Amino acid sequence: MRNLGIAAVSAALLLALTYLLDPFRDYQLATAAAYLCAAAGLTVLIGVNGQLSLGHGALMAFGAYPVALVQNELADRGVSAQWTLAVSVLAGVAAATALGAVVGVAAARLHGPYLAGLTLVVAVAVPSLATLFGGVLHGDQGLSVYLLPPPAALGPDFPFERWQAWLALAAAVLTMLLLANLMRSRFGRTLRAVRDDEVAARLAGIPVARTRVLAFVVSAACAGLSGAMFAILAQSVSPSAFALTLSLNLLLAVVVGGLGSLAGAVWGSLLLVLLPWLVDTFTADLTLSPDLRQRLAGNLPLAIFGLLLVVVMIAAPGGVQGLLKGVLKHVPQVLAPAVRGRRRSAGGLDDRLQR
Amino acid sequence: MDRFVFLTVDGLSRGAVYAAFALALVLIWRGTRIINFAQGVMAVVTAYLAYSISNATGSYWVGFIVALASGLVLGAVVELAVMRRVEHAPPLNAVIVALGLVLFGQGVLGMIYGNQYRPAEAPFSRVAMTVAGVPVVSRYDLFVFGAVLVLMLAVAALFTRTATGLRMRAAAFEPMVSRLLGVNVARTLTLGWALAGLVGALAGLLVLPTGLGLHPTAMDLVFVSAFTAAVVGGLDSPAGAVVGGLVVGLVLSYVGGYVDSAATPLAVLGLLVAVLLVRPGGLFSGTTARRV
Repeated sequence: MRNLGIAAVSAALLLALTYLLDPFRDYQLATAAAYLCAAAGLTVLIGVNGQLSLGHGALMAFGAYPVALVQNELADRGVSAQWTLAVSVLAGVAAATALGAVVGVAAARLHGPYLAGLTLVVAVAVPSLATLFGGVLHGDQGLSVYLLPPPAALGPDFPFERWQAWLALAAAVLTMLLLANLMRSRFGRTLRAVRDDEVAARLAGIPVARTRVLAFVVSAACAGLSGAMFAILAQSVSPSAFALTLSLNLLLAVVVGGLGSLAGAVWGSLLLVLLPWLVDTFTADLTLSPDLRQRLAGNLPLAIFGLLLVVVMIAAPGGVQGLLKGVLKHVPQVLAPAVRGRRRSAGGLDDRLQR
Repeated sequence: MDRFVFLTVDGLSRGAVYAAFALALVLIWRGTRIINFAQGVMAVVTAYLAYSISNATGSYWVGFIVALASGLVLGAVVELAVMRRVEHAPPLNAVIVALGLVLFGQGVLGMIYGNQYRPAEAPFSRVAMTVAGVPVVSRYDLFVFGAVLVLMLAVAALFTRTATGLRMRAAAFEPMVSRLLGVNVARTLTLGWALAGLVGALAGLLVLPTGLGLHPTAMDLVFVSAFTAAVVGGLDSPAGAVVGGLVVGLVLSYVGGYVDSAATPLAVLGLLVAVLLVRPGGLFSGTTARRV
């Protein structure tokens, strides 16, 4: 298996890291890891296959709610063991995959703004399911998720946040490993071929529609896993957690990180966690009225995210990863000016998203 | 029967607003092939401005006029400052930039006004007047119909009766040739965005009093409904936008009244999927070249 070594090493490093961090940091790390599952799937869909989805927040909701339902149902029936968590997460992934397949089939023949509009409507419409089926899903209030404490074998003082971080990191490493292999496989090349030129891809015998649907399904499964992790992290699920803003935040993560790059998804996910925290720390130092502080709390990061999205898209469509590549390419250029002419500028969106 | 009449009138009134909002989307789409995903948040910004001005001056109409004027300015500013830079980039860039504006606008509004709903006042009574014992239509509904009708006639007159309108149509239809013939294409695009900003602002002012009130995300559902209306009518056709708006308004009103008000967003989704799968060019599409 390609990339297995890298995955094992990063898993070991992250495992060690969770012991170094205090519970709050562990929780932040876990949140970034949960974002990463969805962002990695989204970057494959947008960057590698060229389909924009604004509906990934809704797919995450489909991943999260089954976790709450299955966990609580099993606990009510007196089945309470750690393995139920695996069942719940699988149920979440399955539900998100199913929704992804439905949306993917509808999306397969759409392009550009039509696709964006359809997935936007999905993102706006899905949270209203919680109210429509209020009897089971409890409307705006949402559900709490029944979770057992960490396994006793880990010791009595093992912080719950570290256990959550382990679960989320395991999910993230697994997602990254599978997607990295997928991008380098025959299927990954097929995805790029469909993105770059549908006619040429069809002439080369690639079933274009099926490829686009499959890309959506893979991406939806990742979003479902991410949603399941969020249910475990927050120990609750509610429609407000999966509103349109979540979808737009994911979009921000993959754009700022660099579309089509898994490493970029890592940068983006870290940004989603670190920026609100930095803003909170910053405003905590200022002397503000409690009212103003409350208004700034959620909204200042939102405004910065929006501004960042606009600026990155206009000034550096390749994102962080594009800039890094640019820097790395620039170094040998200084050393050997003769090769400068042959090098192309760091790709970015213009190259990647011709259609 | 009472209920059916009420829902129909309510649906047509909502539909008129969706039609106006869809018209704003169509105006920009025709000129630039961009769907302005920030149209909703632009309308909310102007509505908040109207709210502040009305509270300060005590007059609804001062706020109303200021909001329309600021919609005009905001549309032009957004085009000049941001969208102009992505007009020639791949279409996804424009979508993403517009969504960035959505996050930015909602964040800034939240910082200034907070995230609680604020009452959006209607200038006229929303209680339906009865005709022969059946409650039919409220004064506010009549105001909505009148305002949208005036707007539509003004836009139609602009495009068919004035030299500016002719230049805008020419620039949208054939930018290169228009430029050769001396049309300042860039300026007509700015004008189109400004016009769309004004139309969107009017639609926002008209629709907000019928919902939960003012909130940074208040126009999200209106935006998706209007987008669906524009697609139903075919994104290129202003007349289609009007018909599409009325269709969407009626569907949402019936679904909300007879099924469940929580089901209306899903009805929008269903309608959009149905139109895109059956007739992706919209109900008014003529023969189009097959896209391979």
